[in-house]
Amino acid sequence: MSFMNWIDERFPATKVWNEHLAQYYAPKNFNFWYFFGSLAMLVLVNQIVTGVWLAMMYKPSAADAFASVEYIMRDVDYGWLLRYMHSTGASAFFIVVYLHMFRGLIYGSYRKPRELLWIIGVIIYLAMMATAFFGYLLPWGQMSYWGAQVIVNLFSAFPFGIGEPLSVWIRGDYVISDATLNRFFALHFLLPFVLAALVFIHIVALHKVGSNNPDGIEIKKNKDENGIPKDGIPFHPYYSVKDIVGVGVFLIFFCAIIFFLPDLGGLFLEPPNFEPANPLKTPEHIAPVWYFTPFYAMLRAVPPMFNSQFPGVLVMFAAILILFFLPWLDRSPVKSIRYKGILFKAAIAMFVVTFVMLAWLGMQPATATKTLLAQIFTFLYFVFFVLMPFYSKWDKTKPVPERVTK
Amino acid sequence: MKKLIAVITLALMPLAGMASSGGTHLEKANIDLNNEAAIQRGAKMFVNYCMGCHSNKYVRYKLFTNVGLSEDDIKDNLMLGDGKIGDLMKIAMPEDDAAKWFGAPAPDLTLIARIRHGGADWIYSYLKGFYADPTRPMGVNNTVFPNVGMPHVLWQLQGVQQPVYKYEVQHDGHAVESFDAEPEAAAYAKEHGETYRVERVVEALEMTEAGTLTPAEYDQVARDLATYLAYVSEPVKLERQRMGVWVILFLVVFSVIAYMMKKEWWKDIH
Repeated sequence: MSFMNWIDERFPATKVWNEHLAQYYAPKNFNFWYFFGSLAMLVLVNQIVTGVWLAMMYKPSAADAFASVEYIMRDVDYGWLLRYMHSTGASAFFIVVYLHMFRGLIYGSYRKPRELLWIIGVIIYLAMMATAFFGYLLPWGQMSYWGAQVIVNLFSAFPFGIGEPLSVWIRGDYVISDATLNRFFALHFLLPFVLAALVFIHIVALHKVGSNNPDGIEIKKNKDENGIPKDGIPFHPYYSVKDIVGVGVFLIFFCAIIFFLPDLGGLFLEPPNFEPANPLKTPEHIAPVWYFTPFYAMLRAVPPMFNSQFPGVLVMFAAILILFFLPWLDRSPVKSIRYKGILFKAAIAMFVVTFVMLAWLGMQPATATKTLLAQIFTFLYFVFFVLMPFYSKWDKTKPVPERVTK
Repeated sequence: MKKLIAVITLALMPLAGMASSGGTHLEKANIDLNNEAAIQRGAKMFVNYCMGCHSNKYVRYKLFTNVGLSEDDIKDNLMLGDGKIGDLMKIAMPEDDAAKWFGAPAPDLTLIARIRHGGADWIYSYLKGFYADPTRPMGVNNTVFPNVGMPHVLWQLQGVQQPVYKYEVQHDGHAVESFDAEPEAAAYAKEHGETYRVERVVEALEMTEAGTLTPAEYDQVARDLATYLAYVSEPVKLERQRMGVWVILFLVVFSVIAYMMKKEWWKDIH
């Protein structure tokens, strides 16, 4: 142990190990929903590692980008594997993060004292969306190009004469072009490291307040004579071995997609994106990738007002920003859905249906019926949050036990 | 929780129904990517008939050493002049000229099987779907790609097909009735109101002038080309699937062992 002593006198290796793993006490009643935090970190690492390798072969120029992706797919040894791991990883990242956020939603993990933990999480989600958006331009296919065109044009809807110059500033040109591709590549390379730093801060905040659990009980309120929570178990080895099982099962699904269905019927890799970007040929139907479609549906649902698309843009951004206020919108005396009443459960069910329907509507070409549906679901999306202070308060809750249950 | 999941599942049921709506009817090509001879024949057809205008500029000629051809076979049968085996399958026609002659440059076809909905089936149906239409600049039209700018390059092989039209009365985007003659359809539409429209659609194609190949032989040519284009759109497909079986098997074993390890560690936790 003298080697560890030598290290510990100079760097708190053992102290950090104990504080965050071997003597970090997590509630013993974590269930299925608690796998997705560690899985999100796994996918982030996958994205960074495969992304760095792809960047070694990729050429961020309008003339060469598309061909360099095909070069990776065909001529680079296992390049196809790196590329599919990266493209599948992007969608997988959003799937696990959506499930991770849903876990927080149903068990009240955003409630005091975890408000800041939730807020850091929402910032991570925003950073992820930015990273995915920049990354989607890089293959320089038709959907890459026109998707970016549509999204950057949103900024030109800003009023007071700043919209147009703002969008030109973002693109570095009047249309999406080589200049845009270069800067998006730079940002797409940078942001994952910002993301990694944010994840670090997220975990520091988590370990300060401790993990919530499916019962929404503070395990720190019941400690034994040594000051250890009675319902807590050390993260390592208990949750490290448990999370490995989660990793194995997750990788079965992840690899099944990579090796057998890499484009997942056009959801993970859209067919028009196998056609090189053509600024003169607008595709019949432009849809972002599935993880952005709920917000895209909201954007399209709002009709232009005063000759401006700006209200739709506002609604879309509000849909994300409202997540920041969640900790103060929930006024229920209990945290977990297990002890909440019918009102809150019904609201959650409605919210899930709303989110999935918006995601689906965002992929479809707009028709009169679908626009009306999108308007209804956009309204319901906001109803879930805006009315939460009322229904969460009026809801009939059940008594919360002292100790965690199975 | 289980009840909640059941309710959500029920509420989302209509999605499954709505997701499976139509498109143009495509004929099944029944291609087999394991059939190296079909890929070889398709490659030869592509080089001889398509590559005047269409490139495969992300594919190197060397690729076909993976489907049973030697480098000499490739040089003798697929390459013109003294190119190198590692060259990309580019074409000499400048894009500007192509745009002048055909309205648009002929697209590169490396990834066409991944772009078109239906993949190989689309290509197969497209190659079989040309029919005479004197109103078009090239004298032909196509059932799966209406008003296509491309001439029917393989017409000498296939022969000439004439369209048999029917007249559909459509309402709200759906066909409600169809007639063999236009006046009857027009009368029907008029009777039902302004929102009913008559649309002329191709019901069938009739061979009026035989080609050098029998219909069955031509089908085989179309299938070979579809197989070839599906192959070059993702040459690694079969290899990735073979590899995937082992990866999944490994992960299943890994997960079982990890689960047993978890059980062992957790046996004291109640």
